[in-house]
Amino acid sequence: MSNFDSLSASEKYSHLNETVMNMLNKPGWGWWAIFAVDMMFLAFGIYCFIYQIYTGLGVAGYSHPVLWGVYITNFVFWVGIAHSGTLISAVLFLFRARFRMSIYRIAEAMTVFAVATAGLFPIIHLGRPWNFYWLLPYPNQRGLWVNFDSPLLWDVFAVSTYATISSVFFFIGMIPDIAAIRDTVVGKAKKVFYSVASLGWKGSSWEWGHYTRAYFYFACFATPLVISVHSVVSWDFAMANTPGWHTTIFPPYFVAGAIFSGLAMVITLCIPLRYIFKLEDYITMDNFDGMSKMIILTSSIVFYAYLIEFFIAWYSGNKYEYDQFIYRAVGDYALFYWIMMFCNGIVPHLLWFKKIRHNLMILFIITLLINIGMWFERFNIIVISLSKEFEPGSWGLYKPSWVEIGITVGSFAWFFMFFLIFVRTLPALSIAEIKEILPVPKKNGGSSHE
Amino acid sequence: MNKSNQNILGIYTYVDVLVDAIKKLRAEGFENLRVFSPVPNHEIEDALDTGKEPSKVKYFTFCGAILGALVGVCFTVLTSLDWPIVTSAKPIVSIPPYMIIIFECMILIGGLSTFLGLLINSRLRKDTPPELYDERFSDNKFGILVNCNSDDLEKIENILRDFGTDEVQVNGVLKEEAKVEEVKEEEAKVEEVKEEENNPDSTEVKND
Repeated sequence: MSNFDSLSASEKYSHLNETVMNMLNKPGWGWWAIFAVDMMFLAFGIYCFIYQIYTGLGVAGYSHPVLWGVYITNFVFWVGIAHSGTLISAVLFLFRARFRMSIYRIAEAMTVFAVATAGLFPIIHLGRPWNFYWLLPYPNQRGLWVNFDSPLLWDVFAVSTYATISSVFFFIGMIPDIAAIRDTVVGKAKKVFYSVASLGWKGSSWEWGHYTRAYFYFACFATPLVISVHSVVSWDFAMANTPGWHTTIFPPYFVAGAIFSGLAMVITLCIPLRYIFKLEDYITMDNFDGMSKMIILTSSIVFYAYLIEFFIAWYSGNKYEYDQFIYRAVGDYALFYWIMMFCNGIVPHLLWFKKIRHNLMILFIITLLINIGMWFERFNIIVISLSKEFEPGSWGLYKPSWVEIGITVGSFAWFFMFFLIFVRTLPALSIAEIKEILPVPKKNGGSSHE
Repeated sequence: MNKSNQNILGIYTYVDVLVDAIKKLRAEGFENLRVFSPVPNHEIEDALDTGKEPSKVKYFTFCGAILGALVGVCFTVLTSLDWPIVTSAKPIVSIPPYMIIIFECMILIGGLSTFLGLLINSRLRKDTPPELYDERFSDNKFGILVNCNSDDLEKIENILRDFGTDEVQVNGVLKEEAKVEEVKEEEAKVEEVKEEENNPDSTEVKND
């Protein structure tokens, strides 16, 4: 809406409420069509999983020595996607970055749904998935507790803490906005739903006082949590002495990679959403500009990590490490390696040019390439390292089976299912926070930012 | 409703006028104020001087974090001592890996108790009855709710009107400027109040 700038401050407030309410209107055929296609892919994914449970893990492409394949790749990929949501909502909140305001809700929703997707994969990966609760910390029949020295158990704690805290953070941020929906929504069932979900929020000054403090503390908790979770995920690998895994650079490298891929996914989601719901007044070029610049930063860190891994492989004098990296670049999986190098190391640097940052079509394609590149990064780390370990006698190749590919596709459908429901039921723009950056309605002296 | 518990609500469009009205009310000695806004605003906070009584959420956060860390310590150390089994030739109680569990427990329980602190401090302690709330407060209006004696009602109403309020509600019922009549306690339905005032400042915003 081009006349947005001509509205008075008070009218802008209302315009924002109306925009969000419009997103919650009864969905049209377009939404149902996308949802139906999504459900079909999800159904196929579920079918593959049931088939795998029924037949056994043999239908996955696992073969000695590669016993961590696409499932663990997906796990790391989705946990990584989850990271930028909390980064945008918590870290950029603490830095008072204004460009986060209109996109952080979408990013946070993405975090919660991506963790919900990631959490499935360690279970799918199990030979007997019904015994997944053995990972939970409780004593078994013989009174023996879980092994707290194991990185896999740290992972259980880290990922479940992350899922809980990011869901609560997501919910806390939404309370005032759900109250705004409650105040205008029509229909009894909806009114009851939003009334309960708003926890009786009234927007009085003491409510805001406690709310802003609680939000701040939550951001302070979430910030180290973001860094810890992907560090713990990286230790799943770095704690083992497998060549290609056993490096101290892994935690920072994984955290940067996670934020990098998550930012790309936020942009991938925001561009169509902005177009479909006509959110140009709120999700502006500044948002994309800010995120693109962060992509350049994180891409540079990741690219640096790719290069330093090679340097250290040579400099360490460790033959296994050195051969592993040569194998990555020229071996059986070289194609995937160079896809990763191209998508993560080269393509993001197009964003140095303002013209490219501001061309949403190109930006969209770049972020898709980054998503692909980051998926292959995890594939390369996991599969290539396992396929050529120490003993030449036990070397072997791994090829994903159709079951694994089906479940992977299903996981994307699972993620988008949540997201599609989210944009139609909950406020995808943060009403209260965008109002903070809109001009304050003032009678005298015009309107200004607080 | 007894005489000493009257509620008068002024609805405003502009923050600067609202802030002036708050200051005036406080200068006149009416401290039992509650201000509604669609967005947190520092000017309102300053006018209300809320910094005098800082939020107690921090105690929940702090105690939750300490408790969480202790839970993490007990979890790891006590269970390892309960069945001492050597893994990877490491000590029974090996602190460095346990730090990770302790850290995650600290964040988890600290975060959840912050949420609890928010619930307890902001809602459960004192709630605003629905008839004293206006649905436009989550949209683009601001409001001052004053709790007072019935003797002060008129004085407060005059202050609110002097500062150009859009409308005044007494105990949840719209009060027209011209009419000065006793408000009966039975009529307390906000839904019925949809009439516009003739005040030129009143801008009920409808966008195309």
